[in-house]
Amino acid sequence: MLKTFISAAVAAAGVFALGAVANAQEAVKIGLIVPMTGGQASTGQQINNAIKLYQQKNGDTVAGKKVEVILKDDAAVPDNTKRLAQELIVNEKVNIIAGFGVTPAALAAAPLATQAKVPLIVMAAGTSIITERSPYIARTSFTLAQSSTIIGDWAAKNGIKKVVTLTSDYAPGNDALAAFKEHFTAGGGAIVEEVKVPLANPDFAPFLQRMKDAKPDAVFVFVPAGQGGNFMKQYAERGLDKSGIKVIGPGDVMDDDLLNGMGDAAIGAVTAHLYSAAHPSAMNKAFVADYKKAYNARPGFMAVGGWDGIHLIYEALKKTGGKADGDSLIAAMKGMKWESPRGPISIDPETRDIVQNIYIREVKKVDGELYNVEFATFEAVKDPGKTKK
Amino acid sequence: MTLLTILFDGVAYGMLLFVLACGLAVTLGLMNFVNLAHGAFAMAGGYVCAILVNRIGWPFFAALPMAFIASALIGAVLERTLYRHLYHRSHLDQVLFSIGLVFMAVTGVDYVMGSSQMFINLPSYLQGQIDLFGLHVGRYRLMIVVICGLLTIALQLILSKTRFGSRLRAAVDDPRAASGLGINVPQVFAFTFAFGCGLAGMGGALGAEILGLDPHFPLKFMIYFLIVVTVGGSSSITGPFFASLLLGIGDVAGKYYVPTLGAFVIYTLMIVILLWRPNGLFGRSAAR
Repeated sequence: MLKTFISAAVAAAGVFALGAVANAQEAVKIGLIVPMTGGQASTGQQINNAIKLYQQKNGDTVAGKKVEVILKDDAAVPDNTKRLAQELIVNEKVNIIAGFGVTPAALAAAPLATQAKVPLIVMAAGTSIITERSPYIARTSFTLAQSSTIIGDWAAKNGIKKVVTLTSDYAPGNDALAAFKEHFTAGGGAIVEEVKVPLANPDFAPFLQRMKDAKPDAVFVFVPAGQGGNFMKQYAERGLDKSGIKVIGPGDVMDDDLLNGMGDAAIGAVTAHLYSAAHPSAMNKAFVADYKKAYNARPGFMAVGGWDGIHLIYEALKKTGGKADGDSLIAAMKGMKWESPRGPISIDPETRDIVQNIYIREVKKVDGELYNVEFATFEAVKDPGKTKK
Repeated sequence: MTLLTILFDGVAYGMLLFVLACGLAVTLGLMNFVNLAHGAFAMAGGYVCAILVNRIGWPFFAALPMAFIASALIGAVLERTLYRHLYHRSHLDQVLFSIGLVFMAVTGVDYVMGSSQMFINLPSYLQGQIDLFGLHVGRYRLMIVVICGLLTIALQLILSKTRFGSRLRAAVDDPRAASGLGINVPQVFAFTFAFGCGLAGMGGALGAEILGLDPHFPLKFMIYFLIVVTVGGSSSITGPFFASLLLGIGDVAGKYYVPTLGAFVIYTLMIVILLWRPNGLFGRSAAR
């Protein structure tokens, strides 16, 4: 409350003292809109943590300008996102808006980015269509189709013939299913049964029993991150791990954030994803160590999305020599390539979406902790949702 | 064999629902108080158990009674400080008050414990399945059936056979006459309320493994508690017990045999039963 009052007072003072305007232009302001409360809070916390860490490591000035991040919590409610984006653009005069934990939030802010010519950096939300909603959007997270199609290709080539799918009945679940199905059946695999689980019911017992009876080679799973643990525990409880039915899926289910809480039930699950805290590069080892030191937790793929997002902004500012208008920044971002803790990545100049390696990983116990250990790489994967056009 | 497995899973799920919801049947049915915050006490029990087991290293079976005691204590304190002022207020006031409590509990737990899903580290002897005459039975679910079965019998005996049970029934039916007979009505109510909260807490601790545990627990499962109490009728314990079993088996079997309609089976069952018996399975006529 006091903070709001002070900032309001400062803003009012600024109107009278015209000198303040000149000052404001020295800084580049980023409005970071992420869920910090509610069910998606861990997304926002990871992104915010990673950005703070990046600024500690790389300083908060770039190309002679101070980079200032203004954090706003939208609790993943699109109405809030839109209002906050509007306030940030109009009142705070931010140069960039960033964050966006879920797809509806990113879509709600997209028209504002176009109208105000402000770049919108998506650091988490993962539906293909997002980057098509405004020419000012760039993404540093992932698309769901990237990992779901790759696991489909991999499964078909690695002796998995019969698959039962279990997906949560909501948009991301259906997207993951469609992407997997297309690639897996094209590779010669057969889906013997599709089970869609209601979003609000986490007792998987009857669905798992159905799978046990169908005797497939593998189960393809996509459920909201929190439920992944329940699924794996009940999968083991029913003895599916011993009956030789593999668990495969996009890596969201085995997020580093949750993996240790799942317990040994998760061991052996094979997933395709963009990032694992166990990625064996020097850069990632340093990133994980720094992150652990600062926050006493392991970074997940959301943290990497935030890290690369702020890196993209820094590099774009270097390239424009500190020019922070939307058109110059977006132009600078297109085609940019760099080494991230997740591996080599780039921004597709045509779609402004991320191009990255997708790794196949298996959950293993390393030094008493569970990790997704990478064992195969599909290089420079573009978003399959767009390459079709 | 599969049929039996489904039946067993359904019974275990139903028993769990019963322990979670029977406290609500007590407050709602016996005390005539609409306590929508019931799930918050269940969540409290779940978190107490999770903290004791995961962080302090208590054995699961030692933490389970603590979940009961902690939730009962919270219940007792809240009953004395807040709830008792609302006994004579309208049901609408009670609904608004208790739903407010739910939201406070959700944000409070979110703030203290974080929003991600919590798991309780189970001992290895509770994991996996055992072979009972060819039938594969989950050990954890078997434990739920045993614990919940014993609890139900104890509860029924307390209510129907003990002095406390008859005092409670008297206090509910006619508080004025009961006080005239020397029954300390507020004390009986406080004790009953706390006991109901304790049961919820234990249900929360038992259910964390199957239902999951996060700050949104009270909101996510409120509808299930209400269905159990509505279908069972709220004037006895037997009603909600049979309702829970019926709904548990119906839900699990529906999801197994017709997965596409799975989520709706429980609602369909509820509607059919309520059309047939509007006051619930064992409900008395709507005299009150």
